[in-house]
Amino acid sequence: MKLPRFLAVFLNWVEGEEVFPVPEQASGPFHSERIKKADPKKKPQTPGRKKDHSKLLSALYSALSVIVCLTVILTLLTTVSWLPRFGGDHNPVENEVYTRYVERELEEAGAVNTVAGMILDYRAFDTLGESNVLFIAVCSVIILLRADRKKDGSLNIPELESTPEEKPDDIIFRCAAMILMPVGLVFGIYVVLNGHLSAGGGFSGGAIIGASMILYVRAFGSEKLDKVFTFSTYKWITFAALITYTLLKTWSFYTGANGLESGIPLGKPGAILSAGLILPLNICVGLVVACTMYAFYSLFSKGGFGNGQ
Amino acid sequence: MALVQNFPFAAIMLYLAGGVTCCVLKPKASKWVCLVLNMLVTGLMFSVLLFTVHTGESYVYWMGHFPAPWGNEIRIGPLEALMGTAFPLVMTLTLLGGMEHIFEDVEPEKVNLYFTVVSLLMVSMLALVFTNDLFTAYVFVEINTIASCALVMLKYKSGRALVATTRYLIMSLLGSGLFLLGIIILYSITGHLLMQPMSARIQELFASGEYAFPLTVTIGLFSVGMALKSALWPFSAWLPDAHSSATAASSGILSGLVIKSYIVLLIKIFYRVLGSEEILSSGVTDVLFLFGVGAMVFGSFYALKEKDIKRLLAYSSVAQVGYIYAGIGLGTKAGMIAACVQILVHAATKPMLFCTSAGFMSVSGGSRRFEDLRGAGRRDPLSGIAFTVGALSMIGIPLFAGFVTKLWLTRALLSRLGWKLWIGIAALVLSTVLNALYYIPTVSLLFGRRNDHRFDDTKPQKDYSYLIAIVCFIVLNFLLGTCSEPVTGIIETGLSVLS
Repeated sequence: MKLPRFLAVFLNWVEGEEVFPVPEQASGPFHSERIKKADPKKKPQTPGRKKDHSKLLSALYSALSVIVCLTVILTLLTTVSWLPRFGGDHNPVENEVYTRYVERELEEAGAVNTVAGMILDYRAFDTLGESNVLFIAVCSVIILLRADRKKDGSLNIPELESTPEEKPDDIIFRCAAMILMPVGLVFGIYVVLNGHLSAGGGFSGGAIIGASMILYVRAFGSEKLDKVFTFSTYKWITFAALITYTLLKTWSFYTGANGLESGIPLGKPGAILSAGLILPLNICVGLVVACTMYAFYSLFSKGGFGNGQ
Repeated sequence: MALVQNFPFAAIMLYLAGGVTCCVLKPKASKWVCLVLNMLVTGLMFSVLLFTVHTGESYVYWMGHFPAPWGNEIRIGPLEALMGTAFPLVMTLTLLGGMEHIFEDVEPEKVNLYFTVVSLLMVSMLALVFTNDLFTAYVFVEINTIASCALVMLKYKSGRALVATTRYLIMSLLGSGLFLLGIIILYSITGHLLMQPMSARIQELFASGEYAFPLTVTIGLFSVGMALKSALWPFSAWLPDAHSSATAASSGILSGLVIKSYIVLLIKIFYRVLGSEEILSSGVTDVLFLFGVGAMVFGSFYALKEKDIKRLLAYSSVAQVGYIYAGIGLGTKAGMIAACVQILVHAATKPMLFCTSAGFMSVSGGSRRFEDLRGAGRRDPLSGIAFTVGALSMIGIPLFAGFVTKLWLTRALLSRLGWKLWIGIAALVLSTVLNALYYIPTVSLLFGRRNDHRFDDTKPQKDYSYLIAIVCFIVLNFLLGTCSEPVTGIIETGLSVLS
């Protein structure tokens, strides 16, 4: 397989070779082709027919891909012009599904926020899948980015010259962060807990909490947070939240399908303890989302959480 | 509602809980959790299969307290139950067969994540098989996409795997994107996401001729999206790299199961949403047939040139997917049966071949090249025998599973006079000859003698799980090849209650 140079360098780096030796000394299985070419004894390649051939092919390839893209774009735009007008009267989407959600959500699901009732009660299976999309995404990032260990047990993180400076010596940024961070955390918790009463919910509230944590780490460094929020804390919080979510929904699906009473009181609409399972589910989703945001940040910036982990 | 009717839902929830639990367990423990879970679900789904075959009907299962179209629901008939039994069964055997290599190829601290990914992949595949709602399908397509890319990526310190994953991810996301666009268009012109009401409204639209252009575009979007994700021939460029650079069990899972789950979804969309009559008149089946026939020939043709055993198997997968699409493309019931049989046949054969390729590699110094593999079948006779069985099945020799597909495909072709008959028969013959042309030399090379003594002192892996898995796979192949009547019977009832 012939590879472009940057790809060969990258591949060798992944497989543990040195990255920046002079090309003639570069080792590793993917460099063999390159070394042959760089051999000075060999005649320099004359631009012959073969090269023109590949050039022509790549030009043809680019032209074709542009044509295919334009065709697809044009077709989709034409399709959009055929669709019913967005928000127009008597659209096909205004049918019995939509009517029941709007009219009977409050008595059936008990949430003042109709959207929360839809995603966490009516169509809870989809949302359960969606929170597992987040979970599998963060698992994939851990697989890809979490630093492996050297033989002595320390983390194998390459020393980079231009690591983004954590804890910048910037008084304005720190002051702003000092004010914003606690407000953001409290607001995030508020949005999660009031997901069934007002706009928001687990996904948006969790994102606010995660963003506040990232802001804190950017302004004040991660030493203190690392003491409480290690990889195992992260693991157990996510595990607890998702397992609770799964168990609660298993109960609700099982009773629903078999025509049993679920025994979960809906409460008085508008009270904080109302709307059945929606509040605990929102807390679970919020925890998962907040942890996911922070985990993405730590994995992308330093390949793990804290010093030991 | 009978207790057994709860089992499909229980299977999905068990895999979800198991996947989340594997994330906090130690590697050994998570391995057992995952294996036991797979066996348990195989058993549960088998009882569902018996139940649905006994009643001969399908049933819907509410996921919550509200009936669809307001709530979510899943739907299980004989065909869904059959696929739902075959997937965890093949998954168990593939994991058993590739277990030793999982622990070698994956970074030790991340082995438990392998089982998390596998469990969530099973959740998504089962949900795709059972779904009765297009948006639910999309959510689980997302999980499936990420999990299958993670399976390739889990191979430790392999740059090839990373590059292959990137390509796979881009192509797979493109497929999901087209699928999502199709759902959006259909939703805005029908106002439903649930399959039955959507289908009823689409029949009205087809009859009245309203929204004809968006409907045609949607059929195209669904077909291209699913073809991209299941590697139908012109869109299959990502497959050989992705499937060959992963660890053996991952290759088996990706080739045997993941691409099939999308095809099952496409069949459900064709039959249950768009309606078989409309699909036939739109001509998309003709296009799929041509691409399928092209895959049968070109996949085998590319495989001829390979000197790397895993890439050879991956190209063979391209050809085998072509058989499925050729069956779907015929547009007749017999063609559909051929396609479904081929899904099962390939799922029972290709994971075995990938597992044996790992066995050969471990007695050949870890190399996948043919010059090192010469004589590997003598050094590891069990893998050699299993590879021979798999190769004979893929060529289509009677008594082996692959023969049943060819039989049904021929039967389906012969019932349909016209251009498809001649092209189909020609491609079938050519593809069989090409299959033989690359599998038989490979088998003879594996059992050949070496001139040097480089690998004389290597011993085959002594691993009971591998032995059990391989023996089960061989038995499964013989069973499918010799007593396929019950299976085709179930598929036939399943297809008739599908729409």
